[in-house]
Amino acid sequence: MIASLITRRRIQLPAAGRAAHLVERNTVLYRRHWLLLVSGFFEPLLYLLAIGFGVGALVGQSITLNGRPVAYAVFVAPAMMATSAMNGAVYETAFNFFFKLKYSKLYDAVLATPLGVADVALGEITWALFRGSLYALGFLVAMAALGLIKSWWALLALPAAMLIGFSFAAVGTATSTFVRTWQDFDLVLIVMIPLFLFSATFYPITVYPGPLQAVVQFSPLYHGVSLVRSLTTGSISPGLLVDASYLVILAFVGLAIAGRRMQRLLLK
Amino acid sequence: MVRSSTDAAALVHARGLTKHFGALVAVNGIDFDVARGEAFGFLGPNGAGKTSTMRMINCVSAPSAGELSVLGLNPVTDGPRIRARLGVVPQADTLDTELRVDENLYTYARYFDMPRALARQRTRELLEFVQLTDRAHDEVEPLSGGMKRRLTIARALVNEPELLLLDEPTTGLDPQARHLVWDRLYRLKQQGVTIVLTTHYMDEAEQLCDRLVIMDKARIVAEGSPRRLIDEYSTREVLELRFAIDARPGLDGKLAGVADRVELLPDRVLLYTHDGEAAAAALHGRGVRPESTLIRRSTLEDVFLRLTGRSLIE
Ligand SMILES: Nc1ncnc2c1ncn2[C@@H]1O[C@H](COP(=O)(O)OP(=O)(O)O)[C@@H](O)[C@H]1O
Ligand SMILES: [Mg+2]
Repeated sequence: MIASLITRRRIQLPAAGRAAHLVERNTVLYRRHWLLLVSGFFEPLLYLLAIGFGVGALVGQSITLNGRPVAYAVFVAPAMMATSAMNGAVYETAFNFFFKLKYSKLYDAVLATPLGVADVALGEITWALFRGSLYALGFLVAMAALGLIKSWWALLALPAAMLIGFSFAAVGTATSTFVRTWQDFDLVLIVMIPLFLFSATFYPITVYPGPLQAVVQFSPLYHGVSLVRSLTTGSISPGLLVDASYLVILAFVGLAIAGRRMQRLLLK
Repeated sequence: MVRSSTDAAALVHARGLTKHFGALVAVNGIDFDVARGEAFGFLGPNGAGKTSTMRMINCVSAPSAGELSVLGLNPVTDGPRIRARLGVVPQADTLDTELRVDENLYTYARYFDMPRALARQRTRELLEFVQLTDRAHDEVEPLSGGMKRRLTIARALVNEPELLLLDEPTTGLDPQARHLVWDRLYRLKQQGVTIVLTTHYMDEAEQLCDRLVIMDKARIVAEGSPRRLIDEYSTREVLELRFAIDARPGLDGKLAGVADRVELLPDRVLLYTHDGEAAAAALHGRGVRPESTLIRRSTLEDVFLRLTGRSLIE
């Protein structure tokens, strides 16, 4: 009896090989819709051009980072890179994942094959991470071309962006499992927009009064921005480990919630 | 629990299999075995528990109680290994609507870890088998219901399954599309594929199943080949009478003793007898004048009516 209770609770563990087939399914789809994929990259680039350079021209050299003055565009660009990684991951896991979960019933079909829910979660999150990383890579190249990179540490900005993608993909997937209708995504946007605007993206966190700074510290994008900005500007400090840890923990919490929820929704 | 050696060889073996959804009992302690090479059916009305049973066999729904083994393995712990050898046609189509027809088969083959070249080859063969080769590069959504169903069947065959699960394979299809599907399933049967199917169409069950169980309200109420079930639970012939609405009350007592059993349905009266002609003549002698008279053979529909007091399709 005890044994049967234990086996009943057993969740099929993910296997990279199985999850990879779901990633491949997405590449089959986007081979024909690559324009859709690429479009998500331009939004943060436009922000960089408009605000980084446009507003930057008004601001001048007035931003200080770790005691050094930097051009406003140098300050804003890494934040936009972090945002591009976030966007790629969230577009994929919020909207696309929800469509596949609730409307096209893709996962009902997939779960009839050897893949389990954990494989589906891992596969989709990996794909979202790819998409986010692709945007981040494009952005990093654009930053280099525009002379906005100030340190060789910037090479680590790509893995940092991948971590951001992973975290947001996991949280996005977990969130999507709670979404009931497309209208609920308005709520997701209500969270995403302030996250984008207030995560020390356009100005340093020190602008806020103390208590508000504490609140901003909860924003995963704040930690992502902090990570990428430190690397592209070469201002390395132990604080980076805190930023990275926060994102890693969030990713695993998201993954665990996503797996459990999918188990409940799909394997009744 | 004692298990005979024939049961151990069964592809699906269930004893006391039960599924709860909260307080609702969807499947209530059913016993059945499916032997290799047979076409086995679950015949029953909506809500009988057919889909719930199929999902447990498919290892996507854990049994609440009872024993279940599929291909000799435990669905709860060996899900991936079992599913690798199953083909599944779910009740509602779950085609990948974002992909084209051929991509649906190719990606599905890849889920089974099939090498790419083989996946492409299987795609071509199966499109041929379900007569969709000319639609290979089309989107899925504009396909007719029958074509989608055939594509779903092709998809279920991609891994050359030992056991094919079909949940209401032809529900909602027009007669021509149904016959096309039946024809393909019949060929698979000839090739020796073991088939488990659910249906609420008695003609489908009669056409395709070597053996079936009749399910009603979460339980199995009878088991056997279509022929044997009819012999056991019904008479050879059925005399069907239709009356003008106002003529029905005048029937009182006039039907007694003419047939083994009488069923008064809202739209017709059924008399179960070994000799329909004789029964019809006897009724004529008693002055019964129906609007129409039909003598036919018994079907599984009659068996179901006998066992449950209701029609299969309400
Ligand atoms: N996921 C579910 N949650 C709650 N009840 C369910 C669920 N799936 C099926 N049921 C209920 O279980 C019963 C049997 O359903 P089902 O197995 O789909 O029957 P059938 O396939 O024979 O029509 C029905 O009363 C149905 O409403
Ligand atoms: Mg059903």
